[in-house]
Amino acid sequence: MTVSPEERLIGAIARLILDPTAPPARHIAVGAASPIPAAACWLVKKLGHPVRLSLLHRPTGNPFTEGSRELFDLAGQGRIDLFFLGGGQIDGQANLNLVGTGDWPGRTARFPGSFGSAFMYFMTPRTILFREEHSTRVLVPRVDIVSAPGISPPGTFRRGTAQALVTGRCVFGFDGTQFSLASVHPGETAESVRTNTGFAFRDGTPCVTADPTARDLDLLRGEVCEEMRETYPEFCRRVWDRAAVERAA
Amino acid sequence: MTSATSGLTVRPMEMSLEQLAASIPDGAMLALPPDNSLSPCELARALIRRGARGLQLLGVPVSGFATDLLIGAGCVVSVQTSAVTLGEAGTAPRFVDAVKRGTVKVIDATCPAIHTMLQAAEKGVPFMPLRGVLGSYVLAHRPDWKVIDNPFSDGGDPILLLPALSPDVAAFHAIMGDAEGNVFVGRRRELATLAHASRRVVVTVERLIEGNLLADERLAAGVISGMYVDAMAVAVHGAWPLGLLDEYAADAAHVAEYASAARTDAGFREYLDRHVLAPRAQAPRAQAAE
Repeated sequence: MTVSPEERLIGAIARLILDPTAPPARHIAVGAASPIPAAACWLVKKLGHPVRLSLLHRPTGNPFTEGSRELFDLAGQGRIDLFFLGGGQIDGQANLNLVGTGDWPGRTARFPGSFGSAFMYFMTPRTILFREEHSTRVLVPRVDIVSAPGISPPGTFRRGTAQALVTGRCVFGFDGTQFSLASVHPGETAESVRTNTGFAFRDGTPCVTADPTARDLDLLRGEVCEEMRETYPEFCRRVWDRAAVERAA
Repeated sequence: MTSATSGLTVRPMEMSLEQLAASIPDGAMLALPPDNSLSPCELARALIRRGARGLQLLGVPVSGFATDLLIGAGCVVSVQTSAVTLGEAGTAPRFVDAVKRGTVKVIDATCPAIHTMLQAAEKGVPFMPLRGVLGSYVLAHRPDWKVIDNPFSDGGDPILLLPALSPDVAAFHAIMGDAEGNVFVGRRRELATLAHASRRVVVTVERLIEGNLLADERLAAGVISGMYVDAMAVAVHGAWPLGLLDEYAADAAHVAEYASAARTDAGFREYLDRHVLAPRAQAPRAQAAE
């Protein structure tokens, strides 16, 4: 069974969600335009783990009845255990830049803006960072603009920070101070990751990112795809309809 | 549909779409919801047709298609928001271009800060605290936001204070309205907070209904009371090309066409001519809605 790159990323994120050494993930929220993190959450749920998923942009069955502020109120109380964030730039201290490059407010290249990152990054016990593009353009020594800091000075109210950063090339762990290379995806090496990463990280001897199991793949191509179809039709068509055709052939 | 054809009593607050657009003065701080939350796109087009200028837009808490359209048409002097995006269609091209050229002032925020500033105004208190945000450059560029030590702690514990924010005008597109000025927004309750916090609320509605929305216990929780609504106009398919809750889906192909056309000035002008300024530009959409 051929594993697609998207399926491998979904599997890697699902394993991070289930990491027994991380704070428990009883309630996970997923923001807009995040099909891969959303699929990872669905996979965890379909594997039988008791987890509540709040998918912000699901058109039907949206869990919130107080509008979009309810998510932030829940997070403020500590009732969201895990959230996903990305960024146009991410640096070695896990600082996120969603505003833009160059002078404030992004005069060289403007990104959409910070969304809720400046709040959510502080409020959830853990955050999984996800950015598919892994290049020196995105993973920089120091972000031009900090939307949300990865590290805060002592005395700052903060429940957690990045647990890990998942990219199209590898998985980095984050220990609260710096990133370390946890695994490289098939075809990548510590060297190729270093070449494409602008920040310094501890590289040790990374293993190869494990493929999803046969059961994972069955669930992804069946039940998970069904759950995702309404919110991410384009993604489901691209990743799974093609897989289904290949399987049939 | 108009009140004449529907048989409803004409009331002072009900007006035409063009009158509604004319009632929003140049220079006003105009609060708009994001693309998935009852965005008043037909009103935005009417504002462009009336040549609105100097608008200070507020995204509640982010901005989308209507904001990009108004920026491109030269109606906007500043935008306070947590993000501007066309969602699956990608970046908002006229916004990005305006930032690059410095023609629109961007006042960056973060989503819960905008909700909190409106909640403070709703309660009539001068400020409200919010956790997080410390160390973000968003805070560094907000001289109107302050950090104090939590007065209930034994020292330390810095926390952000946000000033109450009362937009001059809030505008959104509701599914239905009644003769009392009540409007139905379903579960999008951040619009209720926005309505409570704003000095003036103008609403376009998909349709007018007989009776009183607040009389129906099953609908009442999704209604914003007419006590907050100052003016209303019917705009059939008024969220197009965006979707409206479970009434109709977004016209994703059209938003993608816009995203592509608006990459250049010329492409945007052509789009405006065809879809905003042309006489009876809304006819095909009204048909599509049926």
